[in-house]
Amino acid sequence: MENRKLIKIATAGSVDDGKSTLIGRLLYDTKSLTTDKLEAIEKTSRQRGFDYLDFSLATDGLIAEREQGITIDVAHIYFNTAKTNFVIADTPGHVEYTRNMVTGASTSQVAIILIDARKGVIEQTNRHFFISNLLRLGHVVVAVNKMDLVNYDEDVFLKIKADFEVLVEKSDFKTDQITFIPISALKGENIAKHSELMPWYVGNTLLDHLEVLEPSDLHESTVARFPIQYVTRPRTEAFHDFRGFSGKLYGGSLKVGDEVTVLPSFTESKIKTIHFFDQEYSEALPGASITITLENEVNISRGDMLVKSSELPKSEKQISATICQVNSKPLKVGDKYTLQHGINRVLAKVESIDSVIHTDFTGEVSASQLKLNDIGKVNFRLSKPIHFDTYHDNKSNGRFILIDEGSYDTVGVGFID
Amino acid sequence: MSNLFIPNPKEAESIHILREVAAQFERPVLLFSGGKDSITLVRLAQKAFYPARIPFPLLHIDTGHNFPETIEFRDQLVAELGLELIVRNVQDSINQGKVTEERGRYASRNTLQTTTLLDAIEEFKFDACIGGARRDEEKARAKERVFSVRDDFGQWDEKNQRPELFDMLNGRIHQGQNVRVFPISNWTELDVWEYIKTENIAIPSIYFAHKREVFFRDGMVWTANEHVYRESYEEVFEKMVRFRTVGDMTCTAAVLSEADTLDAVVAEIRDSTISERGARIDDKRSEAAMESRKKVGYF
Ligand SMILES: Nc1nc2c(ncn2[C@@H]2O[C@H](COP(=O)(O)OP(=O)(O)O)[C@@H](O)[C@H]2O)c(=O)[nH]1
Ligand SMILES: [Mg+2]
Repeated sequence: MENRKLIKIATAGSVDDGKSTLIGRLLYDTKSLTTDKLEAIEKTSRQRGFDYLDFSLATDGLIAEREQGITIDVAHIYFNTAKTNFVIADTPGHVEYTRNMVTGASTSQVAIILIDARKGVIEQTNRHFFISNLLRLGHVVVAVNKMDLVNYDEDVFLKIKADFEVLVEKSDFKTDQITFIPISALKGENIAKHSELMPWYVGNTLLDHLEVLEPSDLHESTVARFPIQYVTRPRTEAFHDFRGFSGKLYGGSLKVGDEVTVLPSFTESKIKTIHFFDQEYSEALPGASITITLENEVNISRGDMLVKSSELPKSEKQISATICQVNSKPLKVGDKYTLQHGINRVLAKVESIDSVIHTDFTGEVSASQLKLNDIGKVNFRLSKPIHFDTYHDNKSNGRFILIDEGSYDTVGVGFID
Repeated sequence: MSNLFIPNPKEAESIHILREVAAQFERPVLLFSGGKDSITLVRLAQKAFYPARIPFPLLHIDTGHNFPETIEFRDQLVAELGLELIVRNVQDSINQGKVTEERGRYASRNTLQTTTLLDAIEEFKFDACIGGARRDEEKARAKERVFSVRDDFGQWDEKNQRPELFDMLNGRIHQGQNVRVFPISNWTELDVWEYIKTENIAIPSIYFAHKREVFFRDGMVWTANEHVYRESYEEVFEKMVRFRTVGDMTCTAAVLSEADTLDAVVAEIRDSTISERGARIDDKRSEAAMESRKKVGYF
């Protein structure tokens, strides 16, 4: 397929701020809604007696969502312009707000945080920005929506911007990572075309802004981490002795000849070959799903990790992490989980809970448990060491999920401190 | 020799998912329809495990109303790659009285496939079924996970799905549950076509413009033959057509087209104003046709 730039976006905002409408509008303005989908939207809008097109119908796909006019689950929407492929996660803002925002943002580089111009910065805004900060997203767009309901008044916009800037100060974001745009998703103002009703706004439209973002600025480059997913042993005549280690490369590149260490055995070797399908390469960039062979016979199984010998990660059985609880069953001291770090699973016991963090950047309080949507600091003891970096230093190797031993549900996500 | 491998992010993600399936499950299977999406999956699986063979079989649920070109293509592909193919027939489910053939104007075996599929899952104790569904196809599919857990009845509990964070896939399940896996969730129709083109992947001839006996109903182009119910007043024409999706003849409409090369097909898709599912008669049954079918175990 063509190598267009790929930008992944999560929308955030509380119920009715206009997320689904905005996405529908983006689809419409980029001509991504095919005639059959558009006809369906027109028909339903008419049936409901609207004198406008309800673009939220483009994304609210479940029967219950359409009946109730709300979004229940994260939806992924795709559209493209001539230069860019976009993926947008529509993350609903009610009951499971943290869970949905974290889920949607986890695969995104950019967040669009919507604010209802009539309501200004509210608790949810704080929370969504806090999560964007916690996940270390590359960029945040603050879209002040429903400007049509406040007479496109610049003062309203400036007041909200000033309030939000107070939060930016308290976060790790630099000011050039945050962009403010006044919009009306419903009327299409400042989405794909400059709004004549807001001549005072001289910045880019939302779509122009999203197009100028560069994925390279939104990616991080750190050190190479290669978790082994699968040991490839063909056992065929042509590849009788082939023993390749397959996985996805994160963080940095690897080259033939690189001196590497295999964890947890700490065995040292050198990269002999790098394969992708039936081709050999001398070097692979991060993000590649490749197969590697080593100079000498090394005992490696799934879950092991290959790193450059000069760039060893931490190897510990005791870890501290910031946890987002994404399940209604609370996390308590003494609970046991399966901790999945990348693809590697170990058992983990909650040793202590330091605190639950206020998601408006005002500090933390001590707590004995984490409830659904809580974000808190937790200490774990593991059955075996894991080989990690802090999330701050290396996102891919600094995160994990918690799996409940009874239901097997994913109940939490952790960012190693 | 110095050559740098620059990954294609969507391809790399799909390969990552396929390897997770092979590692996390005991009896995975690839649901193969003979359509472009499942053919793309086979190529991705080849890449994921090369130089080893694809470590799971293919399962085709044959409605008995497939285009003969698709079946021919399927058998050739399987022979060429040395894959294991399992076929289960909807006709057998009908003969066993498990499902009843639909009658009338919109009769189709598409819905009946679900029963045959669930029986096959039970027969072979498959714990992961890899499918080629994409989130851009349909609104209900936009909510689908990459690893989508189904209960013993194959049901999709859309309001209670496991969150999927980053690329960490949790495939742990209880006895009797199974997982539907969608490695090309994040691909669009255009992505698939462009991939087929750059990779030079062979696809069944019905994807290219050809002459065919068709008739017109509800603004769509239907294949005229003994499997598709036709009113006496519905006139048959010979037209140049091609198919955008390939399923059961009774639910797959053709499009009028002169595109007889991959380049022409890709160009046509790029400029298309109708969605791929716009040509699926099964989705036209109601606004929520797909969601209702998914809930009871459809692909
Ligand atoms: N006046 C006005 N209404 C809007 C605007 N954007 C969204 N809405 C309306 O706000 C309501 C909630 O929108 P929706 O997109 O469902 O919000 P979500 O819950 O954030 O997805 C709907 O009735 C929309 O039509 C806007 O820019 N102006
Ligand atoms: Mg919504």
